[in-house]
Amino acid sequence: MRVNFTVNGRPQEADDVWEGESLLYVLRERMGLPGSKNACEQGECGSCTVRLDGVPVCSCLVAAGQVEGREVVTVEGLADYSQHREDAHPGGACGTGGCGTSLDSAKKWQAKPADSQTGEAGSDPLALSPIQQAFIDAGAVQCGFCTPGLLIAADELLERQSDPSDQDIREALSGNLCRCTGYEKILDAVRLAAARQGEAV
Amino acid sequence: MAQNTRTVPAGTPTNVTQKHNKGGIGESTLRPDGTLKVTGEFAYSSDMWHEDMLWGQTLRSTVAHAEIVSIDISEALALPGVYSVLTYDDLPAEMKNYGLEIQDTPVLAHGRVRHHGEPVALVAADHPETARRAAAKIKIDYRELPLVTDEASALAPDAPLIHEGRDDHHIGHVPHPNIVHRQPIIRGNVEEARKRADVIVEGEYTFGMQDQAFLGPESGLAVPAEDGGVDLYVATQWLHSDLDQIAPVLGLPKEKVRMTLSGVGGAFGGREDISMQIHACLLALATNKPVKIVYNRFESFFGHVHRHPAKLYYEHGATKDGKITHMKCKIVLDGGAYASASPAVVGNASSLSVGPYVIDDVDIEAIALYSNNPPCGAMRGFGAVQACFAYEAQMDKLAAKLGMDPVEFRQLNAMEQGTIMPTGQVVDSPAPVAELLRRVKARPMPPEQQWVTAGEQADVRALPGGLSNTTHGEGVVRGVGYAVGIKNVGFSEGFDDYSTARVRLEVINGEPVAMVHTAMAEVGQGGVTVHAQIARTELGVTQVTIHPADTQVGSAGSTSASRQTYMTGGAVKNTCEKVREAVLEIGRRKFGSYHPAWATAELLLENGKVVTDGGEVLADLADVLEGEAVDQEHEFRHRPTVAFDLVTGQGDGHVQYTFAAHRAVVEVDTELGLVKVIELATAQDVGKALNMLSVVGQIQGGTTQGLGVAVMEEIIVDPKTAKVRNPSFTDYLIPTILDTPTIPVDVLELADPNAPYGLRGLGEAPTLSSTPAVLAAIRNATGLELNKTPVRPEALTGTL
Repeated sequence: MRVNFTVNGRPQEADDVWEGESLLYVLRERMGLPGSKNACEQGECGSCTVRLDGVPVCSCLVAAGQVEGREVVTVEGLADYSQHREDAHPGGACGTGGCGTSLDSAKKWQAKPADSQTGEAGSDPLALSPIQQAFIDAGAVQCGFCTPGLLIAADELLERQSDPSDQDIREALSGNLCRCTGYEKILDAVRLAAARQGEAV
Repeated sequence: MAQNTRTVPAGTPTNVTQKHNKGGIGESTLRPDGTLKVTGEFAYSSDMWHEDMLWGQTLRSTVAHAEIVSIDISEALALPGVYSVLTYDDLPAEMKNYGLEIQDTPVLAHGRVRHHGEPVALVAADHPETARRAAAKIKIDYRELPLVTDEASALAPDAPLIHEGRDDHHIGHVPHPNIVHRQPIIRGNVEEARKRADVIVEGEYTFGMQDQAFLGPESGLAVPAEDGGVDLYVATQWLHSDLDQIAPVLGLPKEKVRMTLSGVGGAFGGREDISMQIHACLLALATNKPVKIVYNRFESFFGHVHRHPAKLYYEHGATKDGKITHMKCKIVLDGGAYASASPAVVGNASSLSVGPYVIDDVDIEAIALYSNNPPCGAMRGFGAVQACFAYEAQMDKLAAKLGMDPVEFRQLNAMEQGTIMPTGQVVDSPAPVAELLRRVKARPMPPEQQWVTAGEQADVRALPGGLSNTTHGEGVVRGVGYAVGIKNVGFSEGFDDYSTARVRLEVINGEPVAMVHTAMAEVGQGGVTVHAQIARTELGVTQVTIHPADTQVGSAGSTSASRQTYMTGGAVKNTCEKVREAVLEIGRRKFGSYHPAWATAELLLENGKVVTDGGEVLADLADVLEGEAVDQEHEFRHRPTVAFDLVTGQGDGHVQYTFAAHRAVVEVDTELGLVKVIELATAQDVGKALNMLSVVGQIQGGTTQGLGVAVMEEIIVDPKTAKVRNPSFTDYLIPTILDTPTIPVDVLELADPNAPYGLRGLGEAPTLSSTPAVLAAIRNATGLELNKTPVRPEALTGTL
């Protein structure tokens, strides 16, 4: 079958997709986007987490056919998504802690490849999202295999809750396994990103 | 079929130049691969991609011990999209086995399978699902054989032999052919010493089978080459060891098997052994197409060796004033069907079985069994972990029996610099065991009842059971426990352990740039970060390029045994020193006549300049080198060790010792048997921290793996069938962020005079003492004996 969907703001088309293929397989092997990782392919480790219409999901558990006409953001598009969060999610954090990104607002969001040519402020193509930079700075990346999924989950947490408590962070990231760090530096990174976002506001 | 074009596959590693990174040793510089890893651009071995590539699939045995009566591949071969199906009969060379020390592991089972999940056949197809379906169509007729599953069944007089006709170098020294290796250690006179004991405690301990559970699955890409060889891109811990095992079974000279390290998603010992490397090469050579193999999580549980499960029998005595009189122990490790690293694990378990204590009279025996259980080998802590679990429980028992504080009792018996190990080896560098214990004990306790919130409701997330909402605090009791451990660093027992580094210094665009090329496997530990720090420190440059690890440079040895910063770090340091000498020689030749300091002063390279030790600048590196490049390759060896005597266990077998201590604070819901670890404070001596950010990350990660085995991690092997019952992340549990407490880290830096920069290998030690500290805390909370890992709810509620 053919699947049409939007990945990181760009319309994509996958042909000859077998009915049993997961979104993870299509992203990795057909779209050339291996950033979402294949650690358990059972929805247990969170390494393949992407946002589907704004909601974090394990892409290994999503059948490719389910994403027809929908919006996917992977770690490859996270920096750009974060720069255009206002387009995607006006008002930023929703405050209620449970809204994620609405389907309409997710659909309105588009990556702006032209930005990298114009060099507009806030659109630096080399700039990382605050959570990406915080993961590097806090030493939250070791082998890094869990990192893409954690970044997507942590970014979504910070989008809806700008100043999360440690318990909030633990709860939000409890679906993402990390075997290297012991999680302490991941907590540090999320706290750091939250603090930096707070300063920037 | 078209000849392979030798195009470079997607995901092939390239040089990483660090233009903006700064900092020499001792500074917490950031990972050079950090940006690639947070943007998803870093290519792990499972991300490798080649145009026209096929997917490989392994068919594994569904039974643990059986004769293979027949294999029928015809239906599999007939499936559209299938390119090749291989069995034992298709192996191209006379050598059909591999192994780290003993070549007893078949590439594909021949005639017999010895454990559940052993590879029997291979398929290459154009889609991974096609490959899986084809593998499922291979028909194998098994005739099951009697099982060996434990010490009793392995050592029975009529026990089936797992390996008949053994001819390895251990067979002459073991009392039974189902024992891989046996190491006794006898020192002093236990019978005499026992007479001085006022109290004696005995214990029998069971350590479950732990899995490394690295997140990145075993995977890689083999690309056939026009010269009949193969290029292999793979995640491993030791490229050259793999190469030594791969080339003979492919029937190729080593120079025709070119290996490049692709991105490694964690290792922890689980990538020391070959997994899919040979299989991918065989399929690539058979089909003349690039072949990628990626295990799923289920297969990963069969694709690598695990931590040895163990039974440990201990006896200790002590006088009433708290001095340990003697220790007797027997450690039985189950090595499973193939040897892997079992002999070395036996050496470690025996020689480190006393722990970091002064005990002059010991009688020790450690053995590893062959059985039909899954093969076991290297995992973080390597034999020392199992022993630490048992001897630390013994320390608590002794202290309790004497009515002493468990920490004070340990401190009273703690080893120090100058202590003689049971092997007769003198500990000749700092061994701050008592101080590490003091530090974790002195740390303020975490607040009581953290689940109590300002509102009326308890924050259940802070309670055992968490969001399951199983308790609001009633029936929750707190406990505190302590433990300390000792681990060796580097390869021991006379192994010729070395590492190689190539360092090139040249001027590019007017700026001196150092390139560091080693075969070190970066598995996440941060070697690439510290190599650049070392090069900056030694060569006084800012820009350092890290060349991808491959087999075009000499061996770096394994990224294991806490050895890589010591060994390859040492190699980079030494090679940089040679480069510096060569640069200064060029300088003397060019500029020596202009300034007497070139001949007389001690010269250094700093900030891109040649300077005297008094700080006077003699020349710019750019002017010294001009178009010239200095390129050196050297090996680094640690001081020699010797094999332990096979009867007495005596010998200077280890290079360096490393120590860590933990204090665990737990809360237990005694009604449901649920445990929440509140805090796992740790203190460790690292000799010299080359990068504190990485050091702390290693200690916290190692601590968490020890926590995992204490309360949840275990591969469960059915004792009746020897089949693995929980090969998934649904059923094999590793700690989540909710299960992991805060881990405050206290780092000591007492330099080891024999090590590069005084550093101490550090990756494994925190995994040792974390487990017994948690167990001690749960015992403290519940009053139960608890002699088995992991502690499951039924062990706490008496419903076992």
